[in-house]
Amino acid sequence: MIKINHISKSFGDKVILNNISGEFEKGKTNLIIGSSGTGKSVLLKCIVGLLQPDEGNVFFDFRNFTEADKEMKSEVRREIGMLFQGGALFDSKNVEQNVMFPLDILTKMPLNEKLDRVNFCLQRVGLENVNKKMPSEISGGMKKRVGIARAIVNNPNYLFCDEPNSGLDPQTSIVIDDLIQEITHEFNITTVVVTHDMNSVMGIGENILFLYKGKKLWEGTKDNIMNSGMKEFDDFVFTNKAMRNLRERAV
Amino acid sequence: MKEFGKYVMFLGSLFVRRETFATYYKLTLEECIQIGVKSASLVALVSFFMGAVTTVQTAYNMVSPLIPRFVISQVVREMTLLELAPTIIAVIYAGKVGSSMAGGLGTMRITEQIDALEVMGINSTSYLVLPKIVASVLMYPLLVILAGVCGLVGGYLVGTLTGAVTPTEFVYGLRYNYNPYVITFALTKSIVFAFLISSISSFKGYYTQGGALEVGISSTAAVTTSVIAVLLSDYFLAQLLL
Repeated sequence: MIKINHISKSFGDKVILNNISGEFEKGKTNLIIGSSGTGKSVLLKCIVGLLQPDEGNVFFDFRNFTEADKEMKSEVRREIGMLFQGGALFDSKNVEQNVMFPLDILTKMPLNEKLDRVNFCLQRVGLENVNKKMPSEISGGMKKRVGIARAIVNNPNYLFCDEPNSGLDPQTSIVIDDLIQEITHEFNITTVVVTHDMNSVMGIGENILFLYKGKKLWEGTKDNIMNSGMKEFDDFVFTNKAMRNLRERAV
Repeated sequence: MKEFGKYVMFLGSLFVRRETFATYYKLTLEECIQIGVKSASLVALVSFFMGAVTTVQTAYNMVSPLIPRFVISQVVREMTLLELAPTIIAVIYAGKVGSSMAGGLGTMRITEQIDALEVMGINSTSYLVLPKIVASVLMYPLLVILAGVCGLVGGYLVGTLTGAVTPTEFVYGLRYNYNPYVITFALTKSIVFAFLISSISSFKGYYTQGGALEVGISSTAAVTTSVIAVLLSDYFLAQLLL
């Protein structure tokens, strides 16, 4: 479980996050949603420690990550897997080396065990016979899968995904979403996904946190998304025609 | 001054939260091949022609019959070892290796590869930059030695083939009044230049923000700043050590 307490972050005079609190539950896909520029990615970066919040704390299973010393931060980070927007695969390494990288750095596993683990993770994300390919030789969707394989290779307790569907076709997006949800349930991980894709929200949104202009305006699940009673939230959700049709049918 | 302070802090961050020695050993070897071995042919070619041109021009300007011909190779020796090999090759090194370092790190920054390392709990400056600086400091003096040898060979071949100087005169000139301290000075300079080029280029690349355009700007800034730093340090080292 991850808990965020009163997180605020500004860049110069511009307030990006304003007093945001919330909880991300274990074994569920927790979504941070909102329009572009509302601070979703900044919040994610504050949670994983890529940015230091101006105020507030982040707790990973009751461990205060924000105020932790370097050793504890390092310990928590070893339990984190992250899928970046563009995959963030290392250009100079092939697929196998990319997935193996966290094991090389963070463990003392023998090579054959590492290879077994890498092959298991690649198979788990539906990739076979791509071990020796370079990132430039595979498609965007495959890069995302390799990114997921790398994120889960070290058995993380926490999985973070920054806009996992960006740049993907709708069909591949659904495959990636399903994969994230399956992995979350299968390995009982606390997963946090940043997205503004309503298909993802309706597909895998087990716990949803809605940001609007740097503030948390709404929290709920995909089941009570239709009756939030909040104009800003409805404006975001029902911009999509399919969502409007869905609401009309529900009414 | 703010930029300089940031640079000093960047250098300080290279030595905290380091990985295992084996990790650095492997990365440094890879960088040595990338930086040193792959630059050797260019350095050899450039220095060969620098030596050749220096010989031709020195011979052209020595018109007095009172000056012995072996002075040509003496001048070539001093120019090559003192300035051409360490300093001019440093400018070429900044253009080839420095821009490549800045471009590589800049691309890693904008594609979130550096963030990926940080999320894994790896000190990205130490992991990515320290091997580059160590490899540079190890390999650049070797490149300078190669440049010195190739420069003198170029001078010898062109000088003797054009008849500007006989082989015996050229070798005599090379050995005449030779001061071994010149080599110490050239190698000291090369270590300082290697450190400056690799650290400044890495610094510029590491802090790239934006997109592909900014990566190009970082690469250009890396080369220009490195070359200015090299030339300034060249002057101060000459004042200090000669």
